Amino acid sequence: MKYLHLVWSALFRRKTRTVFTIISVIAAFLLFGLLDSVRDAFVGAAHSAAGASRMITTSKESFVISLPTSLLMRIQAVPGVSAVTYANWFGGYYQQPKNQLIAESVANNFFDLYPEMKLSPGELHAFHATRAGAVAGASLARRFGWKVGDKIPIQATIFPQKGGSNTWTFDLVGIYHVTDPQLKGEEGALFFNWDYFDQAAAFGGGTAGWYIERVANPKLADGVARAIDAISANSDHETKTESEDAFQTSFASQFANIGLLVGSIMGCVFFTLILLTGNTMAQAVRERIPELAILKTIGFSNRSVLSLVLAESVLLLALGGAIGLAIAGVAVGGIRAKLGPQIPMLPVGKQTWLLGVTLMVLIGLLVGALPARRGMRLRIVDALSGR
Amino acid sequence: MSPLVEIRNLSKVYTRGRQRIEVLHHVDLDIPQGDFLALMGPSGSGKTTLLNLIGGLDSPTEGTLCVAGRRIDQLGQSELARWRASNVGFVFQFYNLLPMLSASRNVELPLLLTKLPAAKRRSHAAVALELVGLADRATHKPGELSGGQQQRVAIARAIVSDPTLLVCDEPTGDLDRQSAVEVLTLLQRLNRDHGKTVVMVTHDPKAAEYASHTLHLDKGTLVEAARAADAAAS
Repeated sequence: MKYLHLVWSALFRRKTRTVFTIISVIAAFLLFGLLDSVRDAFVGAAHSAAGASRMITTSKESFVISLPTSLLMRIQAVPGVSAVTYANWFGGYYQQPKNQLIAESVANNFFDLYPEMKLSPGELHAFHATRAGAVAGASLARRFGWKVGDKIPIQATIFPQKGGSNTWTFDLVGIYHVTDPQLKGEEGALFFNWDYFDQAAAFGGGTAGWYIERVANPKLADGVARAIDAISANSDHETKTESEDAFQTSFASQFANIGLLVGSIMGCVFFTLILLTGNTMAQAVRERIPELAILKTIGFSNRSVLSLVLAESVLLLALGGAIGLAIAGVAVGGIRAKLGPQIPMLPVGKQTWLLGVTLMVLIGLLVGALPARRGMRLRIVDALSGR
Repeated sequence: MSPLVEIRNLSKVYTRGRQRIEVLHHVDLDIPQGDFLALMGPSGSGKTTLLNLIGGLDSPTEGTLCVAGRRIDQLGQSELARWRASNVGFVFQFYNLLPMLSASRNVELPLLLTKLPAAKRRSHAAVALELVGLADRATHKPGELSGGQQQRVAIARAIVSDPTLLVCDEPTGDLDRQSAVEVLTLLQRLNRDHGKTVVMVTHDPKAAEYASHTLHLDKGTLVEAARAADAAAS
C-alpha cells in the first residue's frame, strides 16, 4: 500500500490519455457486464426445475403448438401440484403496428398464480364477470393513457374473430401493479379472458398455449415436472415442463447461440482493449524511462520496478473495469425493471464480478508485461544519459 | 584509518558494436571519510563513469572498488540496489525529481524502501527539507519550484536516508550563479557539519573551489592535482 501513491501518480501523469483509456475500459466492462448477464441467463440457467415454485408446461415439439385443455384436470391431479392455470399468446397491436403488445388470453384463476401482479378485489371480480374484460399493467396503461372503463380496440395479428374482423375491443376493467422493482417489466402486458377468446376466435379455441403450475414443494419440482410430462408421453401432444426461468431462457435461445455470440463479441472487445491499453502502457513507460532509472538509482530493485509498472497497468484496468461493472449492475437492474422477463438478464452477481476481476488482473498483467520488462531491464547509466 | 572509498586498478570498457572504448584506465584512488572531492576533466575523460562506479550505478570491467570496507564491484544487481539505498545519495545535473510528486513525496522516496512507518517517513522528509531550507515548499511539485529549489529538493532526497556518501554529477550545471552558490554552500555544509563524504563531478572551477580538494581526469586516467596546477601554470 505504501507504493499506491507512486503507482497512482504515475498512472495519472498524463491525465487526458489515462482518462480516455479508462473510458474505453469502462465501455468494455460495461458491455461485458451486460452481455455476461444475458449469457448467464441463457447458458447458466439450469434446465432443472428444482427450487422453482412456478413451472411452465408447453408442447415438447414447439412453443407455438397448442395443448388440449383436457390436460388441465390431469395436471391438477399430479401429486405436488397445488394450482394450475393456462394462457394463450394473442399478441396484436394498438392503433399502429409499431405499438406491438404482449397480450394473452388467460384462465380465470391466472392471477392466483401470479400474486406479484396486484389487482384490487373489485377489479378482479370485474375481470371475471365481464366477458370482454381485460386488465392492463400499470406501465402499459400509462404508455397509452388507458384508464379503467375505456374500450380498447386491439388489432389481431394472428387470431381474427369468427366474423373475420381483426379488431378485438376489450373493456378495460382493471389495472394491475407490480411492486417488486425487479419484476416491474411484468407491468407491460395485457390480459383478457380465455373464455372470450375461446368463443370469439376464428380458430385456436379449445386449446391452451401453455400451462402454469404452482408446486407445493419447490425442492420436489423435478419429480413433479417428470410426472406432468409423463401424462402426455407417447401421445400426439407430448409436453415439456420446466421452471419459469428455464422456460424464458429456452424461449429466447431459439433465436441464437447466445453463449457463442456473447463470447465472440467479448473476445473482440477485449482484444481491442488489450491493444489500446497495451499502447497506453507502452507509451507511459517509454516516457518515464528516466524516472524509472531514478527509482533504480535510489535503490529500487529490478523486481520493484517490474511490480510498480505491472501494478499501474492492473490499476488502470481495475479502475475502469470496476466502474464499468458497477454501471452494468445499475443498467441491468434498470433493464430488468423496464422489460421484465421478456429479455432474460440476471443481475450482475458475484460470478460476473469474479470473472470481471480476473479479466482485469489478467489483461492488466498482459498489457503491462512488456513495458514492465523494459523498465526492469533498463540500465541506469544508459537511461540517465538518454541512451 | 582506512579510506571510505578505495579504488585499485579500476578500468571500465564499453563495447558499442565492434568498437571497444576504454573509458577508465587502471585508476587508483582513495577517498577519505568526510572528504569533499571535486572531479574535473574534459568531456569524455571518464569522470562521470568513475562517479557512477563509486555510486554503484555501474560495474567495473576490471579492478576493485571498496566502499566502507565492502567490495561493491562483486555485488549483484539486487545487492547493489540495496547497497545504494542505504549508503549513497545521488544528486544529478537535471535534478531528476518525479514531476507528479510533491517535494515532500520526492524526498520520501528512498524511505519507501525502509520499514519506517508512514508518519516517520513524512517526518524524516520534513527534516530533510528543513535542512535544505525548503520546509515551506513541501507540498509544491517540481514544476512549481525554481531550478535551484529543485536541486535542493534533490539534495534533501539524497540525504534523507542518512547515507555516508553523496555523489553529485554536475549539480550546478543547470543553475544560475546565485542558485549554484546556494547549492554548493549546502553541499559544503553537509560535508563540514554533517560529516557527509561528497564526490562531485564538475566542469566549473568555481564550483570545484568549494571542495576540499580536486582531482583531474584525462583520457580515463587520474592526473595529480598538483601536476595539473603545474601544467596550468607553465
